[in-house]
Amino acid sequence: MLPIIFVMPVIQLLVLSFAATYELKEVNFALVDMDRSIVSQQLITQMQATGYFELWDEYTSTERAVQEMDKGVVSLVMVIPKDFSNDFATGTKSEIQLIIDAVDGSTAGLIQSYASSIITEFGRKRNGNAIVRIASVGGNLSKSINLISVNWYNPQLDYLTYMVPGILVVLVSMIGLFLSGMNIVREREIGTIEQLNVTPLTKSQFMIGKLVPFWIIGMFDLLVGLALARFGFEIPFLGNLFTILIIAGIYLILIQALGLFISTITDTQQQAMFIAWFIMVVFILMGGLFTPIESMPGWAQDLTLGNPVAYFIKIMRMVLLKGAGWKEVLGMVLIMGSMAIGLLGISINRYKKTVN
Amino acid sequence: MSELAIQTEQLTRTFGDFTAVDRITFDVKQGEIFGFLGANGAGKTTAMKMLTGLLTPSSGTAKVSGMDVYKEAEGIKRNIGYMSQKFSLYDDLTPEENIEFYGGVYGLRGQELKQKTEELIRSVGLEKFRKKLVRSLPLGWKQKLAFSISIIHNPGIVFLDEPTGGVDPVTRRQFWERIYEVSNQGITVFVTTHYMDEAEYCDRVSIMVDGRIDAMDSPDELKRTFNASSIEEVFIQLARSAERGEG
Repeated sequence: MLPIIFVMPVIQLLVLSFAATYELKEVNFALVDMDRSIVSQQLITQMQATGYFELWDEYTSTERAVQEMDKGVVSLVMVIPKDFSNDFATGTKSEIQLIIDAVDGSTAGLIQSYASSIITEFGRKRNGNAIVRIASVGGNLSKSINLISVNWYNPQLDYLTYMVPGILVVLVSMIGLFLSGMNIVREREIGTIEQLNVTPLTKSQFMIGKLVPFWIIGMFDLLVGLALARFGFEIPFLGNLFTILIIAGIYLILIQALGLFISTITDTQQQAMFIAWFIMVVFILMGGLFTPIESMPGWAQDLTLGNPVAYFIKIMRMVLLKGAGWKEVLGMVLIMGSMAIGLLGISINRYKKTVN
Repeated sequence: MSELAIQTEQLTRTFGDFTAVDRITFDVKQGEIFGFLGANGAGKTTAMKMLTGLLTPSSGTAKVSGMDVYKEAEGIKRNIGYMSQKFSLYDDLTPEENIEFYGGVYGLRGQELKQKTEELIRSVGLEKFRKKLVRSLPLGWKQKLAFSISIIHNPGIVFLDEPTGGVDPVTRRQFWERIYEVSNQGITVFVTTHYMDEAEYCDRVSIMVDGRIDAMDSPDELKRTFNASSIEEVFIQLARSAERGEG
């Protein structure tokens, strides 16, 4: 069990951080090139040169290409019409058809925006050259407003920077919630709890005994994860590490208290596991790890006010990536702290040294 | 010593409309070995759980070591040892670790705990098993260890719930020798058993049928009263009238 507790989080962090990404890489696309010109060839080369798209194969008809999409081997079908190069040369509006597999809506959106920006860029470059030529002749440069956006805190929009702090939170939450909760129910199942219940051990002593070892394991796992984030993924650490550790300590107590609470309302490990999973899935999906809380409907945003995972993910990102200090996060820490005290109180109160 | 270790009056426990223990009244004298007999489902374990503070009685009164089971359950726990029917030491710890853990729970510390641990390992004869996991010990050894741990804090009373279930006759014999040793130290022994030969070793026995205590006396007196040659015969005479089945 011990190696699992320590090795599992590291593997999860490595796998999840690289896999759970919204960045597009090497999307296979099918091509139907009815134009077969130098211009269309250049466009296709441009598509592949970005590294986002990879030509799967060429097809003679759209139907054939769409069949490949039905099979799931390509996510994009690009159809270049017959008169493409002609229209392009004469400056007539030319059209390219993109058929996108939209089973996964957000990926489809990304494919669309990446592909259209490549094509637009391609067109602008070519026409731009033309404009420059015209300009050099006529000396009449058109003025336009250019928007330049700068991304703060994560200038390269690096997905890892955004994901790793959140994934770390999920990892310590799993340790905290499952280990502490399961442990008491397990003692109930094998009967050792009865032996403890005839001793003068107090309820608080028992609960603290269950809390402390897994708290230490959780903190240790977090430290390993943070080290990996800092030196492996080179995530910026703008905030204070001790701030993170103190908040993590409070957060872990809260999550463990929840685990203890689950153990007081269940009799078997199966029941406890089911409830813990149920809660964990809701917490993670509504914790702002994958989808921003700001884009949830109002009632769902209200629900996240009771979600410790959401608080800690937010705090981690604020402190690590934006360098936030106590002033900015204290409110959330106080909420987590009072939730921890409340839940711990309820769990100790609910834990009975007698049987029914 | 006239003090009573256990004293119950009309002690009852119901679960819904099922009366597991039905108005039992009995006393156990200090230093006595008291055998608590009964068929499966007669209510022995329920009665024992009430006396050890694991279960709150439905009605009636009970005092253990002079303390009330309703009000002073935690006080009672300091003064009793308990060995459950189900082996309940930690399988994934060594005997030594189990002893240290329970010793610690009962407030033994430092040098005293170390000394007690050594003493206990020697008295049970666990020297060669001390670094092995309890899981790998034969059942008889496990039971001896559990018994020794249940009296690590020198309690006034020790409750043994079928301590020799599933144990071979030789080990059972050794187990009873240990019970006598403990009794000679002045600890009251309250023991349930299915083995009628073991009942003969007790100072006094009670026989439970359908939640009631139908007979209680010294083994010799019981045999005389029921005109039987052994406790087993007494038991069968009484248990035949039972209405409850196995359970």
